[in-house]
Amino acid sequence: MEIALEILPQVLLDGIVLGFMYALIALGYTMVYGVLEFINFAHSEIFVLGSFVGVEVLLLLQSAGLLATLHPALILLLVIVTGMTISGLAAMTLERIAYRPLMGGPRLVALISAIGASFFLQDALRLFESLWRNTFYLNYPTLDFLDRNLPITASLTIPVKSLLVIVTAILTLLGLHFFVNRTRMGMAIRAVAQDPDTASLMGVPVNRVIALTFFVGGALGGLAGVLFGIHYSLVNPYSGFVPGMKAFTAAVLGGIGNIPGAMVGGMLLGLLEAFAASYLSILTDGAFGAEYKDVVAFVVLIVILIFRPKGLLGEAVRESKA
Amino acid sequence: MSAALVVPGLCLYIAVSCALAYIFPQSVLAFLLVEASLLLLYYVHISDRVKFLLGGLVLLVLLPVLGFSNAYYFEIAIQIGIFVALALGLNIVVGFVGLLNLGFVAFYAIGAYLWAVFGSPQANNFVPAIMGGWFPLSANWFFVFLLLSIVVGGAAGALLGLPVLRLRGDYLAIVTLGFAEVVRALVNNLDKPINLTNGPRGISPISKPPLFFKPLLEFFGIQVSDAALYPMYFYFLVLLLVCVIILVTQRLENSRVGRAWKAIREDEIAASAMGVPVVRMKLLGFAVGASFASAVGVLFAAKQVFINPESFTFMESIGVLAMVILGGMGSVPGAILGATGVTILNLQLLKGLSLWLNGLRQSGAVWSIPLLGDLSLANLPAQFEPAKYERMIFGLILILMMIFRPQGILPPKQGAKK
Repeated sequence: MEIALEILPQVLLDGIVLGFMYALIALGYTMVYGVLEFINFAHSEIFVLGSFVGVEVLLLLQSAGLLATLHPALILLLVIVTGMTISGLAAMTLERIAYRPLMGGPRLVALISAIGASFFLQDALRLFESLWRNTFYLNYPTLDFLDRNLPITASLTIPVKSLLVIVTAILTLLGLHFFVNRTRMGMAIRAVAQDPDTASLMGVPVNRVIALTFFVGGALGGLAGVLFGIHYSLVNPYSGFVPGMKAFTAAVLGGIGNIPGAMVGGMLLGLLEAFAASYLSILTDGAFGAEYKDVVAFVVLIVILIFRPKGLLGEAVRESKA
Repeated sequence: MSAALVVPGLCLYIAVSCALAYIFPQSVLAFLLVEASLLLLYYVHISDRVKFLLGGLVLLVLLPVLGFSNAYYFEIAIQIGIFVALALGLNIVVGFVGLLNLGFVAFYAIGAYLWAVFGSPQANNFVPAIMGGWFPLSANWFFVFLLLSIVVGGAAGALLGLPVLRLRGDYLAIVTLGFAEVVRALVNNLDKPINLTNGPRGISPISKPPLFFKPLLEFFGIQVSDAALYPMYFYFLVLLLVCVIILVTQRLENSRVGRAWKAIREDEIAASAMGVPVVRMKLLGFAVGASFASAVGVLFAAKQVFINPESFTFMESIGVLAMVILGGMGSVPGAILGATGVTILNLQLLKGLSLWLNGLRQSGAVWSIPLLGDLSLANLPAQFEPAKYERMIFGLILILMMIFRPQGILPPKQGAKK
């Protein structure tokens, strides 16, 4: 029991960091689902793309000798903005090529295309990195200003990396909230999510709003990718699948299509996973350990879908487009 | 071509391609020609009797002869057969009932581990010592387990289906995916607290099926070593399994059940209004597909002798899905064609291309390309191997098929609705 209490702050911190990342990725799933009722299966690769753009920018800065000379804030800004932009553009392109021709058809057709896109992107990234760097397992360069610990109390310190994730995520989520609820474009997104046909009659350019939604969702995924890379440092083209699945679980947990729901779901799932990773082996006396944390997430998904398919904050799910 | 020439022409083609494959045992191309003869047979307009005769000749006589000359051919044929059987199983779920199952490989894994655990010393680890020493079960149990796996696989399918089949299509897809990941994680980690599956190290040696016909062969004075006999044996077992699955599928397709499945696929609400017991029929489809996969799994485990969780990844599920979609959802010949095509692509074409590139790299030749200057082939990145990019190819197949030909290469005959 003493160990359990001792590691509690650490577990909470891990859970919160993980939770914010899941929330950021989950927003991409949930926003696209909101406007199209479609699971963008390739979103996990958009997320990985963000990680790769981040590492490439940092490596390029490093080889140019700028990593030590530029101001840390500028470096972070550069990495994050590039990662978000490229991921967002990639998501938009994906929508244009692989999804838009299929909209209006059976939903499974679009889903299968998305799965194909996901697989294609994984190997495309691998091919690119193999040709460019001769390896596709990349390490983020260490950034000295992030490798510190911030003391909170005498016994508790917070790594600056974790703080970066938390602060960036909170700022982004606030920004998103403002964008969706207070701007014209946000209003257009909400209108299309509510009823695309009527929105179109009211003069909302539905296709452009859908593209915008993909851009915003992709950019959030890209941000999560950059933060993920900075925090865990190792990236490979296949590392998106599991976080992607979990983020989707988070989106469903919070009620898919629902933006605050994705944040709540992501946070809950992150905490749950951190607790499972640390406490499962304590609770079961070592019989089951951290290796079951993925199982916990998937079981949560199955259980929610069975007992509360609309999620925690979900509205009634429309059946009209079936 | 006039009808009179078709049959002799086909015979000639088959004879020539087989002769080529026999003379050039290393040639991928020659074997592809043999495989293509079956496709030709499907397409030409001749009487069914001649078709079956020629097809039987190729599958039952010529391929085994080729296989004896070069065991690699058996290996390819067995792999193709395994994937054909899997694709036929998934075709029932995705094609007939219209449920996207992304975790099909889970049932395959269940079957494989069923035989692997009891057909090897593995089970001694958790069965009480009083009964210990029973394992591995004697090879004769193989056929019992083949039947058992149908029951177990079906039960597992029904168990998963019961809670989730009420979900909408895309949710169902994700839940089946999650289920497959859970099964894989369990298989991967259940080496403690009790060693059920031996974890990532996998299980070996797994018993092969019994050579019950060996005394018969010896009676006729034929002396063949076991090592030479097994590939042929597995070949015929897989062929038999595929034939049984085709037969069952076709009987089901044209029955009340098959019509109910298709009604559900086309319009669930209308089907329900017409009195089709929707959930029960979905459950049945799920269970039938799962039981096929599980039976194939038993065969796979026996053939491989060694299995580990690596063989049952999400990648496999998508591979089988790509086969079904490429061939045409809901079409039995389509599923066969898709599985054959994708397996050949994976096992022969991509590997062949990789070998060819490797050869180029080692030759160190220099190509001059206009505008780009000289390209020394020795500098080709070692990572650039087509065989490693099967995901990219599956992905492209899925996207392009969905955009340009969602009904597949050989769509079902009565289909073409919507």
